[in-house]
Amino acid sequence: MRLLTHNMLASNVRGATTGYPLTLEATKWCTKEVELNADFIRGLLPKIDWRALVDATRALGLPELLPEEQPPEEEIFAEGAADVEGSAIRRIHHALLEVHVQEGSLVCPDTSRCFPINKGIPNMMLHEDEV
Amino acid sequence: MADGDGAGAAATGKLAELPSGAEKGLPRRAKASSGRTLNTAQIPLVASHPDVYEPCDDSFALVDALLSDKAQLLTLQPRLCMEVGSGSGYVITSLAIMLRQLGSGAQYLATDINQHAAETTQATLEAHGVHADVIVTDIVSGLDKRLAGMVDVAVVNPPYVPTPVEEVGCKGIASSWAGGLNGRQVIDRILPAVREMLSERGWLYMVALEDNDPSDICHLMSEMGYASRVVLKRCTEEESLYVLKFWRDPHAVSSASPKSSGSESWFSQLPFKSLWHKNS
Ligand SMILES: C[S@@+](CC[C@H](N)C(=O)[O-])C[C@H]1O[C@@H](n2cnc3c(N)ncnc32)[C@H](O)[C@@H]1O
Repeated sequence: MRLLTHNMLASNVRGATTGYPLTLEATKWCTKEVELNADFIRGLLPKIDWRALVDATRALGLPELLPEEQPPEEEIFAEGAADVEGSAIRRIHHALLEVHVQEGSLVCPDTSRCFPINKGIPNMMLHEDEV
Repeated sequence: MADGDGAGAAATGKLAELPSGAEKGLPRRAKASSGRTLNTAQIPLVASHPDVYEPCDDSFALVDALLSDKAQLLTLQPRLCMEVGSGSGYVITSLAIMLRQLGSGAQYLATDINQHAAETTQATLEAHGVHADVIVTDIVSGLDKRLAGMVDVAVVNPPYVPTPVEEVGCKGIASSWAGGLNGRQVIDRILPAVREMLSERGWLYMVALEDNDPSDICHLMSEMGYASRVVLKRCTEEESLYVLKFWRDPHAVSSASPKSSGSESWFSQLPFKSLWHKNS
């Protein structure tokens, strides 16, 4: 599971108010390079919850990867930024699409219900009495 | 991971070398369970598990429908694609391979209610050097709030076989086909959930059986503002399979009546009663 998906997942357990964002606890994760697609990020960014993304990177022990506040779009999408090592768009791309959580869990912020992540796959299934 | 990457890169290299029109030169084996074209997942590389639905006629029909819509998918330029009920991963892997060959930078998500299926999907994706985030969940539960309105292409080969109601959603492989009354029990839950996920320009491709009453499905979707088209119809010895495509169309509600409207709208072009009941 990548942080893009973490950013989109919420807990639907009974008793949860928003169920979002899920607290990420990772015991194993890795990175895999993929080609940067600025248009993809441009389209996606308005839908991303920046706070949740930053918190997820911190949970992985990457406090330097993203700044507290989302950089302005002019900076992120500045001409040539994608080719500059360490630029905002590269960092955002890396955080959203290149980090894969393999083992760990997602914890509902309202109820503390824990959803396991095994072999990179989060299990969001609820028992009948939790729906 | 390093191993998986290596295998993936090898597979990628092989596929990338083929000219895009290569499939045209190959003998067409629409119903064969292996072979296929290099635009799709390769059967020998598709992972399996005793509790997971193997690629079947319905899976092949869905992939063939996607292939036949390739030009349209190229113009759509989807950002996010999603499969509900990915099973072996054959379909989402094929979609990812096909779109990658078209130069698309789309991202993929797959869900399945069965943990083994999710793992099998992941293994199939990895074997082909493509990626989707796979989630074990009921339809799209957990994604419904934040992913709403973001999916450009959704594909579904649902459990559609008419069965006793008790068989729906039970443990084991039966839940991959058991569709309850008229095979509609799971379909009727999937449709509203997937509609919420679709972007304004989003498309849904779904397999249905004659027994599911596809014209009724299309009618229900049109009442919710979706036009539809039969992308593919295929009769096998056991079943008549349809692949239906749905997209948002402001005129769909009115075109559910015989009045014509949207250019691609299948309702508006065909007297669908006669289409559906031709064989009955
Ligand atoms: C007919 S199989 C299709 C598998 C694969 N997509 C293919 O075409 O070969 C249906 C799949 O849907 C899954 N499924 C059934 N009910 C589901 C639900 N409520 N939510 C998510 N997946 C479900 C089954 O586990 C099964 O893998």
